[in-house]
Amino acid sequence: MSELVRKNTWTLGLLALFLVLLAFTKTIQTNFGVSGLESLARAALPFAFATAGMAVVVIVGGIDLSVASIMAVCSVIAAVSMPVVGGVAGILIVLTLGTVMGAINGGVIVATKVPDIVVTLAMLFVWEGVALLILETPGGQASDWLQASIQGSIFIPGLPKALLVIAIVVSVVWLPIRRSQLGLSIYATGSHEIAAFRSGVSVGVTRIWAYSICGLFCGFGGLSLVSLTGIGEPVPGPYLLASVAAVVLGGVVLGGGRGGLLGPIIAVFVLRIIRTILTLAGVDPNITTIIEGTVMVSVVMLAAIFTYRGGRA
Amino acid sequence: MTNVQHSNPILDAASIAKSFGPVRALTDARLRVSAGEIVALLGANGAGKSTFVKILTGALSPDYGRVLIRGKPANVGSPAKARASGLIPVYQEPSLIPDLSVFENLRLSGTSVEPFLEFVTKLGIEDIRLEDEITSLPLATLRILDLGRALASNPQVLLLDELTAALPTDLVENVLKVVREQADAGCGVIYISHRFSEISLLCDRASVLRDGQTVGELVIKPGVEEHVVELMLGAKIDLYQREGLSSALPNSSTPRLSIKSLSAEPKLEDVSFNLYSGEVLGVVALEGQGQDELFEILSGFRRQTSGAIELNGNLVSFAHPADAIAKGLMFVPGDRADALLAERSVHENIALPFSAAGSSWGPLKRRFENERVKHAIEKLQIDTRAQGEVRRLSGGNQQKVTIARWLAKGVETLLLLDPTRGIDVRTKRQIYRLVRELATQGAAVLFYTSELGEIPLACDRTIVIFNGRVVDIIDAKDATEQVLMRAAYGLERQGTEA
Amino acid sequence: MKDTPTVQASVRLGRYLRDNPVIPLIAFLLLLIVALEIMKPGMIMPIRVGRNGIFSTFWIGNLIKFAIPLAMLAACQVLTMLTSGIDLSAGVVATVAAFVCATASPLVGVGPSILIALSAGALVGLVNGIGSGIIRVHPLIMTLGTGLIATGCLQVYQRFVISTGTEIPGFLLWLGTGRTLGMPNGLFLFIPFAIGILGLMRYSGFGRLLFALGSNEHAARLSGVRSWQVLVALYVLSSIIASLAGLLYLGMIRTPSLSLANPLLLPSVAAAVIGGTSIFGGRGSFGGAIVGALILRVIDTLLTLLQMPQGARIMIFGLIILAVTAMYVRITGQR
Repeated sequence: MSELVRKNTWTLGLLALFLVLLAFTKTIQTNFGVSGLESLARAALPFAFATAGMAVVVIVGGIDLSVASIMAVCSVIAAVSMPVVGGVAGILIVLTLGTVMGAINGGVIVATKVPDIVVTLAMLFVWEGVALLILETPGGQASDWLQASIQGSIFIPGLPKALLVIAIVVSVVWLPIRRSQLGLSIYATGSHEIAAFRSGVSVGVTRIWAYSICGLFCGFGGLSLVSLTGIGEPVPGPYLLASVAAVVLGGVVLGGGRGGLLGPIIAVFVLRIIRTILTLAGVDPNITTIIEGTVMVSVVMLAAIFTYRGGRA
Repeated sequence: MTNVQHSNPILDAASIAKSFGPVRALTDARLRVSAGEIVALLGANGAGKSTFVKILTGALSPDYGRVLIRGKPANVGSPAKARASGLIPVYQEPSLIPDLSVFENLRLSGTSVEPFLEFVTKLGIEDIRLEDEITSLPLATLRILDLGRALASNPQVLLLDELTAALPTDLVENVLKVVREQADAGCGVIYISHRFSEISLLCDRASVLRDGQTVGELVIKPGVEEHVVELMLGAKIDLYQREGLSSALPNSSTPRLSIKSLSAEPKLEDVSFNLYSGEVLGVVALEGQGQDELFEILSGFRRQTSGAIELNGNLVSFAHPADAIAKGLMFVPGDRADALLAERSVHENIALPFSAAGSSWGPLKRRFENERVKHAIEKLQIDTRAQGEVRRLSGGNQQKVTIARWLAKGVETLLLLDPTRGIDVRTKRQIYRLVRELATQGAAVLFYTSELGEIPLACDRTIVIFNGRVVDIIDAKDATEQVLMRAAYGLERQGTEA
Repeated sequence: MKDTPTVQASVRLGRYLRDNPVIPLIAFLLLLIVALEIMKPGMIMPIRVGRNGIFSTFWIGNLIKFAIPLAMLAACQVLTMLTSGIDLSAGVVATVAAFVCATASPLVGVGPSILIALSAGALVGLVNGIGSGIIRVHPLIMTLGTGLIATGCLQVYQRFVISTGTEIPGFLLWLGTGRTLGMPNGLFLFIPFAIGILGLMRYSGFGRLLFALGSNEHAARLSGVRSWQVLVALYVLSSIIASLAGLLYLGMIRTPSLSLANPLLLPSVAAAVIGGTSIFGGRGSFGGAIVGALILRVIDTLLTLLQMPQGARIMIFGLIILAVTAMYVRITGQR
């Protein structure tokens, strides 16, 4: 038990921080309750999936700047395809294509030997273009039941469905991988590529897998976007910087090899609840955006100071 | 040459050749290891040892030659394939994944836990827990785990590269015992070490590489060290001539540079010496004895953990190379690639320090620069036919550019870290001459070289560093290669010297 | 036997083209213009000898006019890419400068408003420089973040000035929309600017250090260069250039908005990359970037003629960046 606590100090600390912030929210807005929690979880949904995907590629030692664009593509595909082929088929199509887009990112990185950050910067624009080609203006239609699936609470009031969706998806996708040889290879590649190669890991294939998993999470992110608004939105949302910040805040080291997915997802909620607090406190939404941006940039900067000093020692 | 009969070689590598561009790292390397045999692989710095190891372990493919394991071609080409064919290496640097636990590392390479634990216990690490993360373990333990993992993967041939360098004595003893047992059980072992004492205790034979070629295979018996040293050095024809000695012994004045008990992680333990103006002081050390840290501290790339540097009697410390340069200490690193802007011109490379300070960001002072750059180019006789891009120059000319930079800027104390590595004889001679000339003009030069024969040619005195400490100071006139080689291996000087 | 000379010739050709990217680029530009003329005869060379003579100086003037702000933003990318950085806040900074200038002019007058606009831009650059030069955040992440924050600040600022109305300084209008001898007046700003940048890159100590940092930071450090000083100055300079581009663009478009120059960001990166600037640092040419900007404008016209949707354009620009970079890695074997 103490071992478990020691290994997850950072994650537990984040969770405590979140609970403190939640309590603080309750004090400034006494009628903040079940519906507040529900809308918080709903708003966090696309951020959580973008962050989960980003976390996987950061763990393997890369970065994917195109997460928001892939999510945009997925959301328009969902909105366009669902009225035609139905909800379930639409979901399957979206998840498949999301994975394929991730695999393309990884494949291009491995094949061209161009650094991750450059390839995914170019792919950010390519996927954004694809989204606009599919749907020039916001439109399409998501299945009603999909929209309902993230509304309200389930089992007990105060357990938002959206939170359950995040928990189920991330556990079903990530936990089996984490436990498998592939998961081990992902951590090994990110931690020390040469040693991994010497231990018999095929580093290139592992990379492509990691980017594919990221693409799959982006597929879920795209689905959550259509379920939130009911329509497809071709212009990428503000998920890139937010996901990098959440990944870093969640204890995943830029450069790879360390951390998990739970920390970053809790970090998403921490960052989201800051917005809720500011809104409830009556702060101008634009100023809220500035504060949010500053918090995110500061988080990344602090992480850079940390790793830079660590790297030198 | 002693010829040993190999009844049943497990590993048989013959006529291995490998070139990197124009550099021929290996020309004819061979190695045979029989079951139950422990063979030491020896060679001076730059003899091609590390290339040979990379070929044996599958990290590189040879241009020519073959590696057979039990008569079948070893599937070298990737580490995974080399492992599958039964050759298990333990590399010079720890090869466990730092962020994973011990158990996860075993799972990654498909090693069974039971034999691993058995071996590790036998090697003397008893408190190992499988859930411990690699980063939390001390270096010595990691080396044992590396070895344990290799032993537990049923090796037919075990390759141990400088395994004992980071181990305390008691662990070394265990390692030697376990490796011997393993050999007795029918495994072949290739053992690479800088420590003669271990080799004579453990090994049956020694195979010596020189200039990319296997030049001898000896049976280990008392007194064989002398023979090995001879083989490593070879009977070289003396192409060089001494470029002239500085006659005056400089001990009278204040030293230009006085180093006092300098230490730095990981290798530099405690180094003290004086460097006088007008002197070329050699530094002799095997690879990784702390000389890299020493040069990095003196050039401002790194801070010492303890100890002091005095310049002309005043205490100095450098937070940035710019500080060292301001005090006249200029550094030529061991790897030319670290010092050159490969895609920029010769002129730009030499003139770079002129623009370094914030006050010189404005328009370039063309005339001022041209004059000095031209002077430095002429002085060093740099071949400027391909001056548009430094990377198109030959290695020797590239090295001259790195030195010319400081000549143009004006040098007081020159720090040279292996400036003649991999360059032709003519250029080497030019560099010795230049170094001597600088000294005559009053500069102080610290000159590390991996080629021992250079010491009497270019230096006045030399210090010898072993295990991070100065173990000897030798006058140029006494510095024969034998003397230096023995000293570099930490062996006592022979009777007459003392 | 047969292979060797061809290989050598192709290597030599490749090397030549890499050293002189401007020549093949101009050829490519002319090729594109010919293609354009074939697709829509009369656009560039009116059959009727009209008021503009054989060559439509109107069309060419227009091409140049819209390439100028793009080329100026490309200068930001060229300079930062020389040090293996990038400035993704350039588009936002240009917008901020334009918007601040247009809204502050009625309040404080033209001169001070331009000064305020430039300082606002320089402030963003300072933060970029501190973040990427001292704290060592990757410039891509850093500039993306400051761009986001600057957009937020602009939105807040807008609420305070919403009632004041806007005024675009007359000489910016003259620069942006006027023509002299058929050529846009923007050239009066751009030609000295371009000479300045070319001189900075080739004949100044600062320029030399930019190349040095990008081609081998370790070697630069060894030579006594304090890289943080250079990087902070560089990002401030880049933002000032972006602000100038924004002011010029304001004169051209004449309606300040909160996303005025943002769409120019991606093409500015593409123009620099097409122009032979390596995103890995140490190699770059502003001359190439200028031709790159012209090429992108012609491609843009082509795509419009082909009735390509906006999405296809963005996609093509992204693919161009990827392809050119991958080709560079293939040729040089670097990284």
